[in-house]
Amino acid sequence: MASLGQPVASVRTPRSGILGTPMSGYFAYIGRRLAQFVLVVFIGINLAYVITHATPIDPVEQSISAVTSFGNTAPDAIEQMRTSLRELYGLGGSPVEQYLAFWKRILRADFGPSMSAFPTPVATLIGRALPWTAGLLAVSTIVAWGLGSLLGGLAGYYQKSRGLKLMGVIAMGLHPIPYYILALVLLIVFGFLWPVLPITGGSAMNLPQTLTFDFVASVLQHAILPALSLILIGVGSWFLGMRALVSNVVTEDYVVYAELAGVRPWRVLSLYVMRNALPPQLTGLAISLGGIFNGAVITEKVFGYPGVGSLLVDAVYAGDYGLVLGVTTVSILGVSCGVLVIDLLYPLLDPRVRVS
Amino acid sequence: MAGILRDLLRYHAEFRIGAALIAVVLLLSVLASFSPYPPQDVYVVPPDVPPSLTYWFGTTSRGQDVFWQLTFAIRNTLLFGCTVALISRILALVIGLISGYKGGWIDRALMSVNDTFIVIPLLPILVLFYFVMRDRMSWLLLALIMACLGWAYDARLIRSVAMSLKSREFTQSSLFSGMSTREILVQEHLPYVMPIVFSTTMNNMVWSIGLEVTLAVLGFTDINTPTIGGMIYWANQHTAMVAGVWWWIAFPTIAVIMTFIGLFLLAVSMNDYIDPRSRLRSFGGAS
Repeated sequence: MASLGQPVASVRTPRSGILGTPMSGYFAYIGRRLAQFVLVVFIGINLAYVITHATPIDPVEQSISAVTSFGNTAPDAIEQMRTSLRELYGLGGSPVEQYLAFWKRILRADFGPSMSAFPTPVATLIGRALPWTAGLLAVSTIVAWGLGSLLGGLAGYYQKSRGLKLMGVIAMGLHPIPYYILALVLLIVFGFLWPVLPITGGSAMNLPQTLTFDFVASVLQHAILPALSLILIGVGSWFLGMRALVSNVVTEDYVVYAELAGVRPWRVLSLYVMRNALPPQLTGLAISLGGIFNGAVITEKVFGYPGVGSLLVDAVYAGDYGLVLGVTTVSILGVSCGVLVIDLLYPLLDPRVRVS
Repeated sequence: MAGILRDLLRYHAEFRIGAALIAVVLLLSVLASFSPYPPQDVYVVPPDVPPSLTYWFGTTSRGQDVFWQLTFAIRNTLLFGCTVALISRILALVIGLISGYKGGWIDRALMSVNDTFIVIPLLPILVLFYFVMRDRMSWLLLALIMACLGWAYDARLIRSVAMSLKSREFTQSSLFSGMSTREILVQEHLPYVMPIVFSTTMNNMVWSIGLEVTLAVLGFTDINTPTIGGMIYWANQHTAMVAGVWWWIAFPTIAVIMTFIGLFLLAVSMNDYIDPRSRLRSFGGAS
């Protein structure tokens, strides 16, 4: 993200051998990105700590009142729960001790047993849900990004095309719609008006979760609607972003020169135009990773997808403090890892970072 | 100011549509002051009446008039978006201008924090916040915390402009004429970044309202204050779609989509206007 404000310059092909000492520049870049990664995790976890500890409300009493509101619980059982919760969340001792205990738990990924699915550990619950969310998000994000960038690039290059202009209008209308609304519309259309797709769950209930053809097919079928809602919203903004970038690049002198010199159009489009417009899009992808979680929580809730988002929402309803904290931590970690991966891939596309 | 508005209205179809949409939404929110029913009261009208001449948008299963409820919801939602935008604008301006003007280690430190806030997933953190606050959650509190989390992207934008302003001659002359850093930033640089501040305000409002709707739909906000998301939440609680009370969900949805598209189009056309290259193109194309 250090390159967010950089303009799209006309550096064309990576010839790293010529320009000074490229490898040391690359390592310095990697070092900076790793430091940023540590900072993101550090600030994120601290934010979670501040929110849970600096509020006037005692989270332990909150959890207990939430749990006991479901039915009658014996007074000594409540007292036991209170002590174990206090120990679990390090609310005893001085503030410094509390803070260190908090970090210790996070680093060991130990959030104690879940209260809503007692006595399953929180880590197990999250581990079970994580592949679903990661799979759904990875696929839909990459598809949306690729499709949006490609179409946007074409629309920026062939500015006269009617079809691509129409697509721009549709993208503009689609992308400000909140996830929830679109998911609901898809649910109504494909669930009630034209019931062809499964509208809830991650796979058919009657199939064992092993790697058989039936199971995989069922998983894919169940993922269509949630993925579609994420992709439809995502494509629009990537489309608009890429179109704006490309329409700036095509006015550059070197593009005009290449066209005049008789370089084939598809070659100009792919190697001269698209390639130079891509780096900011990649930065955008890294930035949007955090936002993707917002969509995922809603989408998973609407479609009953067994991922981390559903887990989070259900944990809040059930008053499960450990699980909420666990999901928040894991999502911070997950997003910052995703950003780190994109940052490390960045030099492949933009050779400038290797030498700067 | 009036001249800019006239130009925008004359040459930008996007601005015209956006302004019209926002005008309708604003009109609705102003009507809230004339509502015959207080927003919190339930069972003031017969429940589940479809849209008719008496009840334009129908009535809810809680015995509220959807039209008047919607006016309150729109007003609160817009107010929420404006509050978040205002506070986060101030943060973004201060951090962006200082970071861009000072440079050096101040810039590096501020931008590291800035980049962190850009990527941190906000929804889980807001959900955690709701989880510990529970009943004490009010819309003002939510607006405050969202403003504290939502300034980062625009601060970077403002910083990049401030950096280019720094190398301009007038900055040097004001520095040599003995102006303090604060004076230079407020009197010399601020006017140059104001157009960006305006256009990012729209985007920020789209972002904060979207997040508020998301949280409210899940029931993670103060659900007793009517907002667009709150209306959809209550409709879901009464299974409005299954019960066939579609108007309870449809009208708030239409209202929020109108707001979103309106704000988005305003932001796009303002961005176009700020960029002299595209401004020339659109003027040339229209004449």
